[in-house]
Amino acid sequence: MIEIENLSKSFTLHNQGGAVIPVMAGAHLRVEPGECVALTGQSGAGKSTLMRMIYGNYLAASGSIRIGGVDVATVTPRDIIRLRRETLGYVSQYLRVVPRVPTRTVVAEPLLALGKPEGEAHARAEELLTMLNIPERLWSLSPTTFSGGEQQRVNIARGFAHEYPAMLLDEPTASLDARNRDVVLSLIEGAKARGAAIIGIFHDEGARNQVCDRVVDVTGFTPKAAA
Amino acid sequence: MTMHDVSLDQPLFRVEGLTKRYGKRIGCADVSFDLWPGEVLGIVGESGSGKSTLLGCLAGHMQADEGKILYRGRNTLTMPEPERRVLSRTEWAFVHQNPRDGLRMGVSAGGNVGERLMAIGARNYGDIRETAADWLGRVEIAGERIDDRPRQFSGGMQQRLQIARNLVTSPRLVFMDEPTGGLDVSVQARLLDLLRGLVRDMGLSVIIVTHDLAVARLLADRLMVMKDGHVIEHGLTDQVLDDPQAAYTQLLVSSVLQV
Repeated sequence: MIEIENLSKSFTLHNQGGAVIPVMAGAHLRVEPGECVALTGQSGAGKSTLMRMIYGNYLAASGSIRIGGVDVATVTPRDIIRLRRETLGYVSQYLRVVPRVPTRTVVAEPLLALGKPEGEAHARAEELLTMLNIPERLWSLSPTTFSGGEQQRVNIARGFAHEYPAMLLDEPTASLDARNRDVVLSLIEGAKARGAAIIGIFHDEGARNQVCDRVVDVTGFTPKAAA
Repeated sequence: MTMHDVSLDQPLFRVEGLTKRYGKRIGCADVSFDLWPGEVLGIVGESGSGKSTLLGCLAGHMQADEGKILYRGRNTLTMPEPERRVLSRTEWAFVHQNPRDGLRMGVSAGGNVGERLMAIGARNYGDIRETAADWLGRVEIAGERIDDRPRQFSGGMQQRLQIARNLVTSPRLVFMDEPTGGLDVSVQARLLDLLRGLVRDMGLSVIIVTHDLAVARLLADRLMVMKDGHVIEHGLTDQVLDDPQAAYTQLLVSSVLQV
């Protein structure tokens, strides 16, 4: 489902003397449907960079990132928008929403974007919010004023609203209590069971061991010349 | 979602090599892009970068010197003026930064919206008033304000009224020039929320000029960055903002406190 070959990345800092910083070289990774792969490596090793490249958020310098036949490294923005809408989900660490939009709608948005009827989208959103223990009295409020943990759970609910065939999870269990952590792990297991290919970053070792089938250390993708 | 008969596999709007000069100075030069149904394209850059000139040329408010603007395959630069005017009244809409430029200040709120319907042939007073009232509701203006003049409205309300006036005829393509400029942050958020919902529900294509990168991030699917009349970077919105390639875009993004 996800196939990465010979991927490299460097940043050119034009306003800092044109410094070129190579951050990744020769990255390769393959994730089958129903498989969950954890990225590991020290802070700064490039886990998030790799995730962002897979999502099309960072441009690849060379190589390919194929997701269900679409090469993110070379397709047009329009194709990436479609891929993100239909195929590739991303649960980031931070919730980024238009202030004032009610939580229920924030969670339902991925389904509404796919043209699902409002009733159906809202019902699914409510189901997820209930599972993640967001009290019903908060559903009509914007999540921008919620606590960090609540925002993260809203973010997770949103990420799991549509059944994406491929998913990227950036620290999905960070800052969650035991009860909610278990809910998130069961959501991940459910996604695997329906055949989703998942790549995740988990600092929580217990969580990683429970849901991941393999571990890939991104330190192996660090360019040799990099200081 | 109403998509009319527009094919989703063809660009709604295609611009090729568009150039506008002011004497020897360049307004905008060699701009090319495609816009697809349901897509929001943001044009960002500092004042004087040529983004408003470009928008003006695209919308037909200014005459371009070179290039092509194809709307559903027809070149709007060579189309007879009456035909182009019909287009701007029906399938196109333009939301000005200053609501006073897009509203008739001496006409009631309901009249501002209804007038657009009459311009495309609506004649039944009851229907027109009902549609106008429905649209005021959609942009969150209380029904009891229907007979008030825009002068009595706050800036945010005037802007929402301008949007209602523009969208009541169900256009396909909307040009927006800094629609949230000059509004309080809380009012901006409300407007952004409203615009996003309308874009999604009506399947609108939008070209929005803004200098506010936060607005661009929340509203635009794709971004074009302009400097000195040229497009210097073009791509997926979050990619351009998070991994800018051009020196100028890097400077622009890093100059913002937080996007």
